[in-house]
Amino acid sequence: MKFLSRFYIFIVFAILYAPILVVVLFSFNASGNLSSFSGFTFYWYKDLFRSGEAIEALKNSLVLALCSSALATVLGTLASFSIAHSKSKTYQTIMKSVTNIPMMNPDIVTGVSMMLLFVGVALIFKLNNVLGFWTMLIAHTTFNLPYVILSILPKFKQMDKHLIEAALDLGCTPTQTFFKIEVPAIMPGIISGLMMSFTLSLDDFVISHFVSSPDFKTLPLYIYNQTAHEVKFSMYALCTLMIFTILILLIAVNLAGAKRDKKPTAKQRRVKGGAAK
Amino acid sequence: MMKNKRSAFERVASSPYIVWSAIFIIAPLLFVAYFAFTDRDGNFTFENILSLSSYSETFIMSLGFSLIATTVCLLIGYPLAYCMSRTSERTRSILMVLLMLPMWISLLIRTYSLMALLDNGGLVSSFLVSIGLPKLTFIGTDAAVILGMIYDFLPYMVLPIYTSLIKIDRRYLEASADLGCNSMQTLLKVILPLTTPGVVSGVTMVFVPSISTFYISQKLGGGSFDLIGDTIERQFQNQVTYHTGAAVSLVMMILILISLAIMNKFSDNEEEIIV
Amino acid sequence: MKRYFSILLIALVLIPTCLTLASCDSEETTTLYVYNWGEYISDGSEGTLDTNKAFEEYYYKKTGKKVTVNYSTFSSNESMYAKIESGSAVYDVIIPSDYMIERMVKEDMLEPLDLEKIPNYKYIDEKFKGDNVYYEGDSDETYSIPYFYGMIGVIYNTSIVSEEDAALESWSLMWNENYTRDILQFNNSRDAFGTALYWLGYDVNEATEEQWREARDLLIEQKTLVQGYVMDEIFNKMSSGSAAIAAYYAGDFMSMYGDNEDLAFYYPKEGTNSYIDAMCIPKGSKNYDLAHEYINFMCEEEIAVANAEYTYYASPLTTVVNNEDYIETMSEVHPDALEILYGEKASSVPSQAYLNLSPDKLVLLNNLWEELKVENTIGNGIYICCGVILAVIIILTVVQTVKKRKRAKYYTEQPK
Repeated sequence: MKFLSRFYIFIVFAILYAPILVVVLFSFNASGNLSSFSGFTFYWYKDLFRSGEAIEALKNSLVLALCSSALATVLGTLASFSIAHSKSKTYQTIMKSVTNIPMMNPDIVTGVSMMLLFVGVALIFKLNNVLGFWTMLIAHTTFNLPYVILSILPKFKQMDKHLIEAALDLGCTPTQTFFKIEVPAIMPGIISGLMMSFTLSLDDFVISHFVSSPDFKTLPLYIYNQTAHEVKFSMYALCTLMIFTILILLIAVNLAGAKRDKKPTAKQRRVKGGAAK
Repeated sequence: MMKNKRSAFERVASSPYIVWSAIFIIAPLLFVAYFAFTDRDGNFTFENILSLSSYSETFIMSLGFSLIATTVCLLIGYPLAYCMSRTSERTRSILMVLLMLPMWISLLIRTYSLMALLDNGGLVSSFLVSIGLPKLTFIGTDAAVILGMIYDFLPYMVLPIYTSLIKIDRRYLEASADLGCNSMQTLLKVILPLTTPGVVSGVTMVFVPSISTFYISQKLGGGSFDLIGDTIERQFQNQVTYHTGAAVSLVMMILILISLAIMNKFSDNEEEIIV
Repeated sequence: MKRYFSILLIALVLIPTCLTLASCDSEETTTLYVYNWGEYISDGSEGTLDTNKAFEEYYYKKTGKKVTVNYSTFSSNESMYAKIESGSAVYDVIIPSDYMIERMVKEDMLEPLDLEKIPNYKYIDEKFKGDNVYYEGDSDETYSIPYFYGMIGVIYNTSIVSEEDAALESWSLMWNENYTRDILQFNNSRDAFGTALYWLGYDVNEATEEQWREARDLLIEQKTLVQGYVMDEIFNKMSSGSAAIAAYYAGDFMSMYGDNEDLAFYYPKEGTNSYIDAMCIPKGSKNYDLAHEYINFMCEEEIAVANAEYTYYASPLTTVVNNEDYIETMSEVHPDALEILYGEKASSVPSQAYLNLSPDKLVLLNNLWEELKVENTIGNGIYICCGVILAVIIILTVVQTVKKRKRAKYYTEQPK
């Protein structure tokens, strides 16, 4: 039984990884076709960096992911603060369901609706050339927000309410209380929300596809455009580089996580485990 | 006095998000509805919605494809998550990295690499030819599109199920064994019900993207299978028929909401689906 | 902890500022937006000339001003039109085909050109000037400078397609059932319907509504035979042998031939489409003069030869056609290269350019194309699978509800 289960895991992962391995392997293929491996080369990597396009796209992707995740985190923190502290149940339900909309909607609908908004506004105000960095930033921030709120909101719920009252009693203004008491308490939520929205924004293709302009091409858009035309093997090189970057990042995050997990005592861990629910 | 100050701050804190969501979440949806119910001159019309009857087959096909893909993902993913949760902690953390990696790699890359592998002139095909079998003619078939969906979204099914499996209190299992359940009964009567939220969340995460995909059908289906996503994308990127596109989007949105409502019926507890 | 938050805030403020600063920095460098077909310019790969970079250097040398070329590609006239029409992006130079130029002129989307700013215009072959090739509207203005021209033909793989089938030199090869799932069709409405109309022997511009519908029926019939509807993906598919038959542009055949020598080419005897892709300046361009400079640069002998040797399309420039280096390179690419592009082979079959269709025909074509796309050919297995899954879901739901009721009953009865 144990053998069977191991075998099953192995088979599924082997299938999951076969295409990825093919891409990695053939990015070193000298002959430049997929039917046979004729020799080892770094030619495609050089070819990739020859035109600055890929680097430019990478830079754009990083800038966009950084800006949109930061903006989403700030907005999301304030939003979860107001949701968590609101006395009105209706307000809470309305805010929560509005927050859920971009998450429930398929990406393509979010993208299309954003595009219609921008194009519609451009039509009304007779603007030209509306799409670009700013529309991308707005779109990415919007679809990041729910994830930020969902990771911060539970942290507010777990927080000890007496702390806030104590701070207010001791003469803190609400603003001070927010920054000195609440923000530190919800920090783990903020960080995980930030990281999540950063990766989501880095990875997004569908929404960007509808709200982008030639001014500002991100990496996924670049890849899409490449695969729509004659695919050169430098595309494989690019994919390989991305795969390895992600792998290293994942391992680093995992190791850091393992280290952090070792520190807390058993009791703390139980609290944490309960909190995770 | 203190309370008042507090609520003033709350009001200030809540306003940016309220404004943001009104402009960038609600307004775009209103724009979709507006475009769906108007013609080119801005007059109110039902024509866009009515003309969708010609797309009924597209809707049925998309629903069918994603239904099959979701089911297969569940059938493969549940046992996988179960097997993974039975392994030692060390193996588990390695397997977690292996499972997360494909989720983080762009969908475009994974779809394209699957196509490169299975293309009629690709690696598998040339291998088949070299051992004397006929060449593979797989790309451009309906099965290829479904396989693409399964391949792309399988990790999204496994992860939530795995998480809910890990969370199960061991004592439940011990109790069930003590009360005379064999392992099969425990699986069916204890583990399965406890992991329903995970399954529902996994099903959502596979069903929604696969019903709305367009890249998979473009690459693996060779553009011969027009899914809802393809239809929408074409209206916006290849033709300037925004009104039809908006109508299709609107109907798809409603379709997905209905499907989600049905799926939520399966999970007993009213817990929110947390991705 | 407040620190973290302020760092976040600072980052949030800083990054856009940096961005705007960066863009301020580049205020001296103008950006020229060029929108062209994919694989349609010498881009510096494999030792060729990087045309856009060359332009940047040339312009810097000439005027001392920096310019960056923002080059993006489209894969069909229709998608290019959609992008421009949506108003979401503004370009300075676009390179659509004849019928699309006619449409855009009619819809007042193009700027008339100032030929005095394009001195190299004189090298363009006389037969491509004025209304000789395609209609540019009633005014005397010129809206476009030819970039490349060519004809559509059928590319096939000699190792798969039998000689007698190919020897027919007919569109019928695209409908030959022996090559099911080996055929590629255009993924744009005009070209795809073109293949069907030519085979039926109808006029691609004057076809009646019924003839268009007949073409659609033919294409629907073909749908079970084709492997896919593709545009530039065709390069990989034909070179790797994934597909065996495809209709595409003559120049691209030569590129594919370089990767796979099994490929061969003919112009169908029933007639085919000849096209001219030409450079235009769309309305709204902010760099009118610079765009002229770019267009003129594209007609420089050295640049045009580099592009022609990269794309293998036929050049309308007399300087290129007479360039010895070009003639030599082309005959190395394919023994019949010049013959296919300029010679007897091209002129022996009837050919015809697409004209812009009347608005109601455009709507018709659009609808027919949608009908073709929507027509699906999925197997019965899919339906059976769906049925089984739905049945299981329904049974599960019923079982679930019955169970719930039973349990509820049990609990309500228990307290007694």
